[in-house]
Amino acid sequence: MSVLLIAEHNNKEVKPFTLNAITAASLIDQDLHVLLIGSKADDVAKSLSEVPLVKKVLHIDHEIYENYIAENYTAAILKHADKYSHIICSANTFGKNLMPRVAALLDISQVSDIIKVISPDTFLRPIYAGNAFATVKSNDEKKCVTIRPTSFEAAETTGGSAEIEKIDAADLSENTKFINREEIKSDRPELGTARIVISGGRGLQSGENFKLITDVADKLNAAIGASRAAVDAGYITNEHQVGQTGKVVVPDLYIAVGISGAIQHLAGMKESKVIVAINKDGEAPIFSVADYGLEADLFEALPQFLEELNKLNTIQK
Amino acid sequence: MKILVAVKRVIDYNVQIRVKEDGSGVVTDNVKMSTNPPDDNAIEEAVKIKESGKATEIIAVTVGEEKAQETVRKALAVGADRGIHVKVDGIIEPLAVSKILKKIVEKENPDLVFMGKQAIDDDCNQTGQMLAAHLNWPQATFASKIEVNDKSLQVTREVDEGLETIEVNTPAIVTCDLRLNEPRYASLPNIMKAKKKPIEQINASDLGVDTNPRIEHIKIEEPPKRKAGIKVASVEELVQKLKNEAKVI
Repeated sequence: MSVLLIAEHNNKEVKPFTLNAITAASLIDQDLHVLLIGSKADDVAKSLSEVPLVKKVLHIDHEIYENYIAENYTAAILKHADKYSHIICSANTFGKNLMPRVAALLDISQVSDIIKVISPDTFLRPIYAGNAFATVKSNDEKKCVTIRPTSFEAAETTGGSAEIEKIDAADLSENTKFINREEIKSDRPELGTARIVISGGRGLQSGENFKLITDVADKLNAAIGASRAAVDAGYITNEHQVGQTGKVVVPDLYIAVGISGAIQHLAGMKESKVIVAINKDGEAPIFSVADYGLEADLFEALPQFLEELNKLNTIQK
Repeated sequence: MKILVAVKRVIDYNVQIRVKEDGSGVVTDNVKMSTNPPDDNAIEEAVKIKESGKATEIIAVTVGEEKAQETVRKALAVGADRGIHVKVDGIIEPLAVSKILKKIVEKENPDLVFMGKQAIDDDCNQTGQMLAAHLNWPQATFASKIEVNDKSLQVTREVDEGLETIEVNTPAIVTCDLRLNEPRYASLPNIMKAKKKPIEQINASDLGVDTNPRIEHIKIEEPPKRKAGIKVASVEELVQKLKNEAKVI
């Protein structure tokens, strides 16, 4: 049997985490089909068909799918689930919302947020905010699995030519209505995929002071993250939160500024390749995961940091 | 309007967990346990809705071993009216919990079911969505704002891109994010009063739900440790290290 991957997209483009999930899905079974549920999303279908790891694209095109509603997606997925051994999607807010609804109706105990495929039925997943790793084996005949995107490389996007099959829409749920989405447009790299992330915490003391962070981010072409404390305090909006209940990031360089390093924050960033911590409290737990720790007042250190960066002849982008 | 709130007992969020040496799980003996943090937000929201006059009764329910009752008792102390404890020992997966909760919903007929978006122990993030599926009810997950209307809710959800607002007809399931509200502390008089509120005990086996795990835990281990880092003395040294040693800028 084949594996079915549910694509996340905005009817114009594939969302990047779907490419990471494609890589993971292909490690389970190479006969990988992608289900695209959308409205006027032909461009998305075409780009998915060009991903070499994808063997077939199933495309449901109907205006009822203009906005992603889990109830409507679930009905569409269930129409095709019986032909597949695994149903897979990314473990971000898209997949977390969707997959359990699908799994329950198939009477499957879902395996959430895997970081490694050990075999088609056995996976590694973090539990307790990443403070333990569990090797789990699913004994359900069919499996529903969500993928932690940052644990898998993104699939190549060119060179493939998979068949695109148009399939029919399912019924519409009358009980859920999309109202709106407030997306904050930004020219910066996306937090989940950025090479460098600089994050601010409660130590910033105000939203205005986040400018010290943005100035450095501009210089380094970095994404901006935040601790839960900083988001709760209203310094910055929720989509910047890094941690157990926010986003998980694995950049080449993570710079934590004025962040003490609660277990819940570490869960979202401690797999980063290089970690820098700037904090005036030398005992802060963030230093226990930092490759380079600087015990300093951030209000002095950040402007100096920018000044030193300005002195460099070249900065990797 | 009746609100059912599901709560889970987990290792307290401040505890640094320890993995058992034999790989069978994590140490829970003599470890501080608490209500799963976003479940506190779920209770708080229900209490606020009742205080606004839009709800008449709040029922707190938990599924778990004998001591799981503590979380129901705590919910009663902050404003739930009565409790239900579905007793079951050993590991219970979200799929089975959602089937048990479905039975409770069929018995109690609530208009809304609230719970935390995710439990901080297994980090599954499944139960609410699964319950919604079993009941064929709409789901509003990761809620950071809830507006209660006559026969519907307007819910603002925290999603990767920012905030999304949806409208769901009731009955509905809402899973709560940590920013939904600021959970209150129980006052001493309310803790005393809560001791007199009823908690109904039901054995999971009497509900006719198969609670056998479908997922085998083969091994629980510690994650790889990071190598100890160094402290740098100045910003200048930091930038030099990043440029020449780590080669990341």
